Amino acid sequence: MSGSEATLDRRAARGAAKRRRARRGQAIAAISSVVVLGGLAALILTSPGWPDVRDTFFSWSAFKDSFPDVLSAFWLDIKLFVTVEIAVLILGLLVALVRTSATAALFPVRLLAVVFVDLFRGIPTILLVYLVGFGIPALELSGLPTDPLVLGGIALTLSYGAYVAEVYRAGIASVHRSQRDAALAVGLTEGQALRHVILPQAVRRVGPPLLNDFIALQKDVALVSILGVVEAFRQAQIFASSTFNYTPLLGAALLYLCVTVPLARMLDRLGTGASGLTV
Amino acid sequence: MSPQPVLAIRGVTKSFGRLEVLRGVDLEVAEHEAVALIGASGSGKSTLVRCIDLLDEIDDGDIFLDGEVITDPAVDPVAMRRRLALVFQAYNLFPHLTVLENVALGDMRAHGASRGEAESRARSLLERFGLGGRERDRPDDLSGGQQQRVAIARAFAGRPRAMLLDEVTSALDPELVGEVLDAVRDLKAEGVTMLIVTHEMGFAREVADRVGFLHDGRILELGPPERVLSEPERPETQRFLRRLLEAGRI
Ligand SMILES: Nc1ncnc2c1ncn2[C@@H]1O[C@H](COP(=O)(O)OP(=O)(O)O)[C@@H](O)[C@H]1O
Ligand SMILES: [Mg+2]
Repeated sequence: MSGSEATLDRRAARGAAKRRRARRGQAIAAISSVVVLGGLAALILTSPGWPDVRDTFFSWSAFKDSFPDVLSAFWLDIKLFVTVEIAVLILGLLVALVRTSATAALFPVRLLAVVFVDLFRGIPTILLVYLVGFGIPALELSGLPTDPLVLGGIALTLSYGAYVAEVYRAGIASVHRSQRDAALAVGLTEGQALRHVILPQAVRRVGPPLLNDFIALQKDVALVSILGVVEAFRQAQIFASSTFNYTPLLGAALLYLCVTVPLARMLDRLGTGASGLTV
Repeated sequence: MSPQPVLAIRGVTKSFGRLEVLRGVDLEVAEHEAVALIGASGSGKSTLVRCIDLLDEIDDGDIFLDGEVITDPAVDPVAMRRRLALVFQAYNLFPHLTVLENVALGDMRAHGASRGEAESRARSLLERFGLGGRERDRPDDLSGGQQQRVAIARAFAGRPRAMLLDEVTSALDPELVGEVLDAVRDLKAEGVTMLIVTHEMGFAREVADRVGFLHDGRILELGPPERVLSEPERPETQRFLRRLLEAGRI
């Protein structure tokens, strides 16, 4: 038997062993999942309160009756989420740019940006929704919005704008100063250096934390319900309180998951494949 | 009267806090001339080069480009930088752009070239520095020597009146030094006016028309390479060269 044949044999044997190990790993994962989840299910299903819980949280008829209305109310959540998210991305970027600018003339605006971030990041979002939602209409000034949906959107934008401004700012600060030097050295202005060299690198780096804030915002959209906006959570609540059955709330929870879980998987992919983050 | 120098540095001082780095630097670089600047690590070579490109602000003195003062606070630094080029020790390429975009960016944004013009010029520059075929790569996919040649192409793309090279081979593995020095030789052959900060004494001897020794914040000795490098007058220069020799750097 020649040397190269022996090498080939060993390579095939190594490949087979690797495949065996992979198969065994998958089998172990599957078995342990079944054991853990099955155990949990058994525990819940045999608990003394289970029959009651089943009727109030897992009633198929209550689900069927409420779900179409909850779903159509959920559209409002989606629309509000998308609108607020766009406003947040723009506001956050503006605030971050003002905060990182070095121009002396911008000092007052810079101070304002600092106050903005401290203020709106420091107040609980739910409190901000109350204050904006009930406070602004109470001023009775003409020209100010009175629609609770708009007011809720403004409150969310302020709160998340403050967070996102800080995310952007950290991204800008993380781009090494030598990049600015190199941009100036090829003849760019400070503004061009920011636009073409620093921001593109900063935005790429803050993708994952921004997506994290997206997920949080998608859930917090439900907070506008306290202003009387009938979105998915509120709609489900209306059903629940009229029928004393909580299944509609579970339906709403499912809808939120339908959006947040894909976002979370996207985040995972961004996190693990950061080098593939070419945008 | 000798013709006007491209670069003239007169009595330039620069401190960082209480650290006086430059204490009155005088230096001229004539058209088509290559001046090599040598000096110990930390002697202020990079600082001088950054001051010339207006990335650091001088404290006192003047710097002239083609007879025009560029260090006056009333002068627009952007316009002046567009007439100069600086190549950094650590390349400082833009990692989010392709090699081609790195070279074309300044031409497009600072010199008003169209994308087509800028990219075709960038292409031929890359070709010239042996980087044909790498246009679409990212800088991180290149070797250090290739990255530095991209950086030289990027600097040269702005058609500068003078090029400032700050230890362009110091970050490279020894086997990659040659290809970068070839690129600089190529520029010298074309008559590009250059101020070259370097530790490569053999290269300075070969390419430079004059060598200046920066010590204690001043140009202590300045002259033809044979004289400054082989028969230095000042004991400080002798000591510096002896130390380089002992370290096997010559
Ligand atoms: N931005 C800065 N702030 C404070 N000190 C600096 C700065 N840049 C350079 N220095 C100091 O100035 C001196 C000269 O540095 P540099 O010009 O980089 O020297 P060289 O290029 O000759 O090695 C060093 O002591 C360095 O620490
Ligand atoms: Mg240096």
